[in-house]
Amino acid sequence: MATVMKLVHRNALTSLMGQHCLSFSSAAAHRAAGVRAAQAFPGKVKIVEVGPRDGLQNEKTLVPTEAKIKLINMLSESGLSVIEATSFVSPKWVPQMADQVEVMKGISRKPGVTYQVLTPNLQGFQAAVKAGAPEVAIFGAASELFSKKNINCSVDESLQRFDEVMKAAKEAGVPVRGYVSCVVGCPYEGKVAPEKVAHVAKRLYSMGCYEISLGDTIGVGTPGSMTKMLEAVIKEVPVSALAVHCHDTYGQALANILVALQMGISVVDSSVAGLGGCPYAQGASGNVSTEDVVYMLHGLGIQTGVDLSKLMDAGAFICQTLNRKTSSKVAQAACKL
Amino acid sequence: TLMADFSVFCVLLSGVSLFIYSPPPHLIFSQTITGHAYPEFVKIVEVGPRDGLQNEKEIVPTGVKIQLIDMLSGTGLSVIEATSFVSSKWVPQMADHTDVLRGIQKASNVQYPVLTPNLQGFQDAVAAGATEVAVFGSASETFSKKNINCSVDESMLRFEEVINAAKKRQIPVRGYVSCALGCPHEGHIEPSKVAEVAKRLYEMGCYEISLGDTIGIGTPGSMLKMLQRVMKDVPINALAVHCHDTYGQALPNILTALQMGVSVVDSAVAGLGGCPYAQGSSGNVSTEDVLYMLHGMGIETGVNIAKVIEAGSFICSALSRKTNSKVAQARSTACCDASL
Repeated sequence: MATVMKLVHRNALTSLMGQHCLSFSSAAAHRAAGVRAAQAFPGKVKIVEVGPRDGLQNEKTLVPTEAKIKLINMLSESGLSVIEATSFVSPKWVPQMADQVEVMKGISRKPGVTYQVLTPNLQGFQAAVKAGAPEVAIFGAASELFSKKNINCSVDESLQRFDEVMKAAKEAGVPVRGYVSCVVGCPYEGKVAPEKVAHVAKRLYSMGCYEISLGDTIGVGTPGSMTKMLEAVIKEVPVSALAVHCHDTYGQALANILVALQMGISVVDSSVAGLGGCPYAQGASGNVSTEDVVYMLHGLGIQTGVDLSKLMDAGAFICQTLNRKTSSKVAQAACKL
Repeated sequence: TLMADFSVFCVLLSGVSLFIYSPPPHLIFSQTITGHAYPEFVKIVEVGPRDGLQNEKEIVPTGVKIQLIDMLSGTGLSVIEATSFVSSKWVPQMADHTDVLRGIQKASNVQYPVLTPNLQGFQDAVAAGATEVAVFGSASETFSKKNINCSVDESMLRFEEVINAAKKRQIPVRGYVSCALGCPHEGHIEPSKVAEVAKRLYEMGCYEISLGDTIGIGTPGSMLKMLQRVMKDVPINALAVHCHDTYGQALPNILTALQMGVSVVDSAVAGLGGCPYAQGSSGNVSTEDVLYMLHGMGIETGVNIAKVIEAGSFICSALSRKTNSKVAQARSTACCDASL
């Protein structure tokens, strides 16, 4: 059975027979099942570190610019290849990101590391480029109510706004990453239909986003809902252009990331020390910890390029600055054993 | 290359019993990437009152223990590990084992296994009305010596006495193997050693073997390798996983076990019981978080998650501590509940 699996390209299987349609008999099946499970994972996973932006944005304490810069520099040294540095959103809405320009200009840019920034509109984009941002990101939602409450317009209207950003980015040769929030559930609408997520993801991809990050904004997803959503999206967007952004509010993040990997996804968003609580559940956790994700991936033999101990140093630093305990279980355990 | 691969595949197709089909859309999810379906039903073994409380510093009054178990009995759980007939000198928290076992209201469809490390403990358990017992082996020699002061072989001899005595009374025995994915003293543990201990316990007469990641160090990678090896010697339907969440890996490890065909999962309400080897870190995985995942996957458990959350809230209040369950935390503070 192992020979069979090694000889057949995964791509061939996928295109010819569909993803889940192979079944074997009896004892051979169990052995093959184990082997296949082991071979079903990508050899490498790219981690997109969102701690300095998504993480800090959801922390109550305002962090001094110097500390943000030091955090990003420490993260740059840990082997991460993508770090979301800041957000070019109005400081009126997000005071934590008011020092966006100083942060962009103050960090030591390590070669080989991409420093992406959020740009909700054309104005933000122009300010970002002026401050030297090499890559930007835009944020859509799969829920109409969430879109209205969060950015005060419908999903379609937001996509039109992004169109402007996309055009400007293309002209400037700046890559754009797209985010879709509420991919499994919405704090206002409840369940979100997978087809809606696929629709928004497809639009962002067709508009020119090189990668679409699918966010379980309130962490309600499970391997069940995650799989259904990913199946719908994979029909519209190539799996190599997809990423998952799982929140750990219900403790499901790592399990959700595991099934995403098994479905071919190889880009995972996470936040050092699990920075950033859930704005919809006071005191509950939000982002999944990069340390815990890396621990799992390395345990699976998946390469990430990340040095876990340097990452934990960065986490320890920011937690000290914020005067809070880490949300990473690996960090908690590692310093106590 | 694509065509070459495909033709090789077709040749092999004729030589092996391969069945290819396209499942109808509504069944797609039940097939995992291994081609092996997830179990339709998972039995949860609730270890909060024993494993959980045993690892909590504060001594819990007998009345509170009894109330906790009674609350858990009303949630739909079918197995609740009630107490341990170990010497109170070693485990003061379990000193009231007889009072607890006699004091609880035993629901008719619930089993209340108790730990019995030796024949003396077994006899005390039976005298107190126990109808199911459990024995605890280790895949690590050093852990065995440090934990129960004897080698793995010596412990097996002790357990054999218990199992034989239990057989005479037709009392089922559950076997545990600790350090299945790593040992705080030895580090890496060979899957073959885990299989060896599991096999011995099974052949001696344990009806189920719970494989414990005692220090929570395992990942889906090591879980997979260990289970693949153990499954060669013990039937999969006699296996359970007991995952600790010390490194946050419990749920993905459980998911991996489910994908391999395991359908019995140990967990503790509110994630009771820290890790004795990593001060301040978590230990047992929370029953609430496991249930949330299973129900979200369409897997039945027979358990009412809201009632488990209530029981968790009760015991945390009694212990003056916060729950370790993320589901319980989120449910108690979420402004809007879009969850299951």
